[in-house]
Amino acid sequence: MTVMPDVQVLSFRDAVREGIRDAMRRDERVFLMGEDVGRYGGGFGVSLGLLEEFGEERVRDTPLSESGFVGAGIGAALGGMRPIVEIMTVNFSLLALDQILNTAATLRHMSGGQFNVPLVIRMTTGAGRQLAAQHSHSLEGFYAHIPGLRVVSPATVEDGFGMLATALEDPDPVVIFEHGSLYNEKGELPQPAAPVDIDFARVRRGGDDLTLITHGGSLRLCLTAADQLAADGISAEVIDLRTLRPLDDQTVMASVARTHRAVVVDEGWRSVGMSAEVAARVAEECFYDLDAPVGRVASVEVPIPYPRHLEQAALPSVERVVAAAERAVGRRG
Amino acid sequence: MMADLPSLYRQMLRIRRFEERCAELYSGERIRGFVHLYIGEEAVAVGVIDRLTPDDAIVATYREHGHALARGIAMDAVMSEMYGRTQGVSHGRGGSMHLFHAPSRFYGGNAIVAGGLPLAVGLALADRMQDRERVTACFFGEGAMAEGEFHESINLAALWRLPVLFVCENNLYAMGTALARSESETNLAVKAAAYEVPSWSCDGMDVEAMSHAAERAVALVRDSGGPVFLEARTFRFRAHSMYDPDRYREREEIERWRERDPITIASTRLIERGLMDQEALDAIDADVTSEVDAAVAAAEAGTDEDVADLERHVTSGGVRP
Amino acid sequence: MGDFRMPSLGADMTEGTLLEWLVHPGDVVHRGDIIAVVDTSKSAIDVEVFEEGRVVELLVQPGTTVPVGAPLARLDGVGVATDEGGRGPQPEATPKPKPKPKPKPEETLTPAPSPVPPAKEAARRAPAAQQHRDGSHIAASPFARRRAQELGVDLSTVVGHGGVISVADVEAAAGSGPSEAPPESVPPAQPPSAPAASDHAAAMRQAIGALMARSKREIPHYYLQTTIDMSAALDWLSGLNAERTVAERVLPAALLLKAVAVSARGMPDMNGFFVDGNFRPQDHVHVGVAVSLRGGGLIAPALHDADLASLDDLMPRMKDLVQRARSGRLRSSEMSDPTLTVTNLGEQGAELVHGVIYPPQVSLVGFGRIVERPIAVQGMLAVRPLLVATLAADHRVSDGHRGGLFLAAIDAALQSPENLQGGTS
Repeated sequence: MTVMPDVQVLSFRDAVREGIRDAMRRDERVFLMGEDVGRYGGGFGVSLGLLEEFGEERVRDTPLSESGFVGAGIGAALGGMRPIVEIMTVNFSLLALDQILNTAATLRHMSGGQFNVPLVIRMTTGAGRQLAAQHSHSLEGFYAHIPGLRVVSPATVEDGFGMLATALEDPDPVVIFEHGSLYNEKGELPQPAAPVDIDFARVRRGGDDLTLITHGGSLRLCLTAADQLAADGISAEVIDLRTLRPLDDQTVMASVARTHRAVVVDEGWRSVGMSAEVAARVAEECFYDLDAPVGRVASVEVPIPYPRHLEQAALPSVERVVAAAERAVGRRG
Repeated sequence: MMADLPSLYRQMLRIRRFEERCAELYSGERIRGFVHLYIGEEAVAVGVIDRLTPDDAIVATYREHGHALARGIAMDAVMSEMYGRTQGVSHGRGGSMHLFHAPSRFYGGNAIVAGGLPLAVGLALADRMQDRERVTACFFGEGAMAEGEFHESINLAALWRLPVLFVCENNLYAMGTALARSESETNLAVKAAAYEVPSWSCDGMDVEAMSHAAERAVALVRDSGGPVFLEARTFRFRAHSMYDPDRYREREEIERWRERDPITIASTRLIERGLMDQEALDAIDADVTSEVDAAVAAAEAGTDEDVADLERHVTSGGVRP
Repeated sequence: MGDFRMPSLGADMTEGTLLEWLVHPGDVVHRGDIIAVVDTSKSAIDVEVFEEGRVVELLVQPGTTVPVGAPLARLDGVGVATDEGGRGPQPEATPKPKPKPKPKPEETLTPAPSPVPPAKEAARRAPAAQQHRDGSHIAASPFARRRAQELGVDLSTVVGHGGVISVADVEAAAGSGPSEAPPESVPPAQPPSAPAASDHAAAMRQAIGALMARSKREIPHYYLQTTIDMSAALDWLSGLNAERTVAERVLPAALLLKAVAVSARGMPDMNGFFVDGNFRPQDHVHVGVAVSLRGGGLIAPALHDADLASLDDLMPRMKDLVQRARSGRLRSSEMSDPTLTVTNLGEQGAELVHGVIYPPQVSLVGFGRIVERPIAVQGMLAVRPLLVATLAADHRVSDGHRGGLFLAAIDAALQSPENLQGGTS
């Protein structure tokens, strides 16, 4: 007699691929399109092997026409399909920003609720691989700014697999940000693998002295920072936002109301970004619970440089998170 | 199939009278925002849409009152939309530039130049992937042909052989910029043909010519399953929008085009062919005018949306796994 | 000529009841004198006058409830600067305050809540921004302000660590934390008194909980205990008390306090504050006396310079302190500056107590009940009154060896009780 393991260990890349495969097997309307998703197997190898299983119609290589194929995804969604559009990096997505903002996010509203766009856009985000100033940015905040979109940021293998299925069920456009540094990360996928919510933040580690609020690629460094802080007697709660729009204020505020201190960690630039939004909400909703100013650890305001030491200096790090946490609890000036 | 000229004439006149009233209402501050009038170009929408079936889709621009009316959307609903009323075709949320109507498969009302083209490609892609034999007609001005989205979209449609009818309404001015000042190749059909898309031009001031060109184009889309490009040479008689002082066009040029007013061409032809006399034409005019009067009355009597509902129609509110 | 008005004793206070006048018409009053007792619905508060002058007329009879800012008494010879806007007396630094630059409009959140917010809004409203005596803004976290309001702590009496008052500082002040504020500042943390509502008891329990939790979280305690033979001390005390009236008698508790105070003088690492990662030994020995309150709660006000006081001085001061602690008449300085604390379970208590240190103090001495027990004395079995003394001390500052010396010193002091009798001041 064999016993089915209740978890499967696999990489984030494999988890996303299995999520796509699962969705395409379950629903004929689902198809994948984007640059090099087919024969190449995806710019980051996510769709490797899917062309062989599903064929060229449903694993559709596109020309380098971000606006064109994202817009085509919108039209296909309007026409009854459930497209997954892959954009190789968030920087390239700017070429399609007109379609995402002016059409996908807006259509339901400007048609008075007549046309909704059940489109899923996946894109790689983030730095850390010396890809320099046009392939490394974290523009989640751009998209989270836009009413009409749902923006999610999976940080775990489980979310990498399970968010996609739920996103495909959403009648409105969902943008999924996959941090490039996560693809090789291994993690546990509970079996049977199932869709997960795309509404709520999650407490990834409990703590009492302060709340670290983060998402996506920064979750790991926050958890590492929390370990270091614990060794120093500081108990940090770590919240993974998961969904950046709409933000799950409730989970965040419940934690901050308890710990009285918050540090927001986001790989986007500090000014006018995700971290600014979260910090502002904490100030608005938890002001009288705060025992220290809300701290932020974000990217230094420079286009991401190529040299490794400069790139690392530009990004949030465990050291910067620990320092911000210590400032929040009064251990540093 | 021969075009039904009296019917086409009537459709054009509905658009003309509707928009003339819009200009008046705009001056009287009943309508606000941007209003782009189609006056002079009516033959294009009327001629093409006459050749579509109810199953086909239409993607239009911000100069789309004519397309909406030609598609058969109730004038009441279009005028109410101009007023921002809840009875409007887009429930008042869109206004002049964003007319949408799901039952007619009328997909806007897209006010980003060339922004509707990828949408049309996608609608056609969905039809292709679901084995539906439908045509998506996509209207855009010649200004859109300088946009990257035109090139991306026609390339995709050609590459994937998608049933899109690209209708370029070449009225010679992209807002205030003349064609020759924005395109290196002013023969637009030649430009489109570079994508291996069957392309030709037609007289956009003659509704019968327009209808015949559209008949051929739509048939080719249906038969081949691939895209066709149609350039309609036309002219708007009024400024770009109600804000536009129209300083960039010569009076004589406008007058010259007015001599080719599509409504005059059609009415003259109706009388010449003995299909109608002046009395019958006047009766149509009176009929259309009363339709416009009724639409205005309906819009005036319409209701404004409750501010409490401001955040409606943004998202569905999501789903649970 | 000016008025002595119903003061604002908390941002949420809208009115107060005059309980008692401590002056009469014709009395000359000085700045800092307590001239009335006011019930704020939370607690009875001694109210100071901030001016010099003579009481001309008492305008309000005891038992009367009047809004904040209402005149209570008329004074003359007074440069009362508080008439503007009908506000209550301000804790001005001088009788004739120098004209201050007018605060900018956005900073004019006044210390006196003259425009009273509707009760509903007040529930979740920020405590009115408070200012230092010099008019400068008090830097306190929003949560600290909220807690200060809940606990009735005047932020101007709280010392913030690192320049900003955090909630820990407020809770320390509400319990028995340090303060550099001058003693005349009002109001102190308010222990419950007659009209105290159960919510006050709950708030106090919460404050104690928070403070003790912080102590256990932050302070690496170590514990020592030693058994002290109290024969010599009790014999000496009974001799001393033999000729005295009941009211004049010295209780063992006073002797124990004195023994601790005197011993602490020679143990700088037991007597001081651990603040911002550094230990600050204190020159004075202000012994915190843990007083359990009727209706629950605990408060540990200070007996100042207990090491210098004679037993005859210490005993009435201790009684007075306990009485005032229980009636809610403590001064803020008593609340805020003990340098170490003694908890004495007394006659009714258990035999042994392992205490929790009051941050930012670094030691706490506990005494159990004195019980007669058989012990071996010089190889013979004897029955002696024994007392278990314990020490909880901060390992960041001292270690068990030093703690042992401290307990030994206390023991030694109690074996020569006659040396504890006199004062040094």
